[in-house]
Amino acid sequence: MTDKQRITIKGVKDGLIFLFDDQCELSELMEELQFKLEKSHQQLLSGPLVHVHVRLGARSLEEEDKERIRSLIRQKGNLLVQSIESEAAAEEGDEAGMQAFKLMTGMIRSGQTVEHDGSLLLLGDVNPGGTVRCTGDIYVLGALRGMAHAGCEGREEAIIAASLLRPTQLRIADVISRPPEEWMSGDASMEYAYLEDGRMQIDKMNQLARMRKETMLFKGV
Amino acid sequence: MGEAIVITSGKGGVGKTTTSANLGTALALLGKKVAMVDTDIGLRNLDVVMGLENRIIYDLVDVAEGRCRLQQALVKDKRFEELYMLPAAQTKDKSDVTPEQVKDIVLELKREYDYVIIDCPAGIEQGFRNAVAGADRAIVVTTPENAAVRDADRVIGLLEGSKVPAKLVVNRIRPAMVKSGEMLDIDEICQVLAVDLLGIVPDDERVIKAANSGEPTVMDPSSRAAIAYRNIARRILGDMVPLMQLEERPGRLRRLVKFLGMG
Repeated sequence: MTDKQRITIKGVKDGLIFLFDDQCELSELMEELQFKLEKSHQQLLSGPLVHVHVRLGARSLEEEDKERIRSLIRQKGNLLVQSIESEAAAEEGDEAGMQAFKLMTGMIRSGQTVEHDGSLLLLGDVNPGGTVRCTGDIYVLGALRGMAHAGCEGREEAIIAASLLRPTQLRIADVISRPPEEWMSGDASMEYAYLEDGRMQIDKMNQLARMRKETMLFKGV
Repeated sequence: MGEAIVITSGKGGVGKTTTSANLGTALALLGKKVAMVDTDIGLRNLDVVMGLENRIIYDLVDVAEGRCRLQQALVKDKRFEELYMLPAAQTKDKSDVTPEQVKDIVLELKREYDYVIIDCPAGIEQGFRNAVAGADRAIVVTTPENAAVRDADRVIGLLEGSKVPAKLVVNRIRPAMVKSGEMLDIDEICQVLAVDLLGIVPDDERVIKAANSGEPTVMDPSSRAAIAYRNIARRILGDMVPLMQLEERPGRLRRLVKFLGMG
């Protein structure tokens, strides 16, 4: 065995937490897990039923790898895997979202398409016949008169916002909405479209904060 | 070295050929040397509108394929000494010439003439690419209809892609319909298309009559469309000409009635 510990086992009130190192190879992890369970930490294996929570750190694993970990731990009669958690999913999603934020200046005219993996801020108009397609949110500082598809890979929380929301069609994830048959936006204020229970809704921009419930820190009083 | 201007629209029937014929004639009227090129191969019209159909001997395809010299194919106008037209072939197809060939012809014409007006066919296929190939700038013609504005937008996008600056002419405006809200107004069109407006042309029956008689409207100064085309020609030359007032000025009696508060 190498000197460095790759798996730390902690005891908590309702069982054990296995903290996995997230930098090393998965195979090394599995080896050490087996070693720990069978050799060094045998005292754990005797006694009553113990719940185990596995923390993977920043590592993200395929379902089959998780199953391998589960079965390895389960082999020892009294250990029961309650959860396998990874910070990767949440963190990566967030980070990727921020990194993939794109600022674009220009006009999307009829027949032109802009596609982007992430969120897009467009400084300019989208004309009828023009298309904007993003996996994240779409913000248009200008008139949206064409087609916009936010969350095109299934992100239902995605929104489409525009200074002037007059689209020929809006899509969020798999939901397609055709204004003005389904909704008419009111005055010429900045609005956004979002999904609520699988239906497209339109609201004024100042309502977005309520929906997202992000905490904002204000300086001063 | 002259300047090549392509007249295009995307949609058919909005008045590309009429605009080409009238702007070509208006520029000649202002004393410029002008060559008009019809690139609508297979559906040539410019010669008909100009009334020069019966003078055609060679055409664009003949020049491109080297069957004649450019000078031989140019048809001189009956009214102006320095107005010429290069007709399109009627029997061939758009794919019988390449953008490079048209570009070479336009370049040769630019050496000789102040303005080369290129009449583009409808559509955005080969014919469009041929017409745009040699152009320094473009005039996009549209009418106050949604379909025409959509196509104009598409064409402006393509022109931006080929780095040809475009200006807009809104054709066949009916002031009464605009006023009653049944027709798109000019501000709305300009807002969507976001290009400079070069001119507006009111709908005028005399344009149809003139085209049928092979006499460009611009020759008849009593026609409002003619004045509009002349204004556009002057703007092409760089003059500042205010936009035409679309509404008919009320007669003197009406104004008096209005002044007295009885109208």
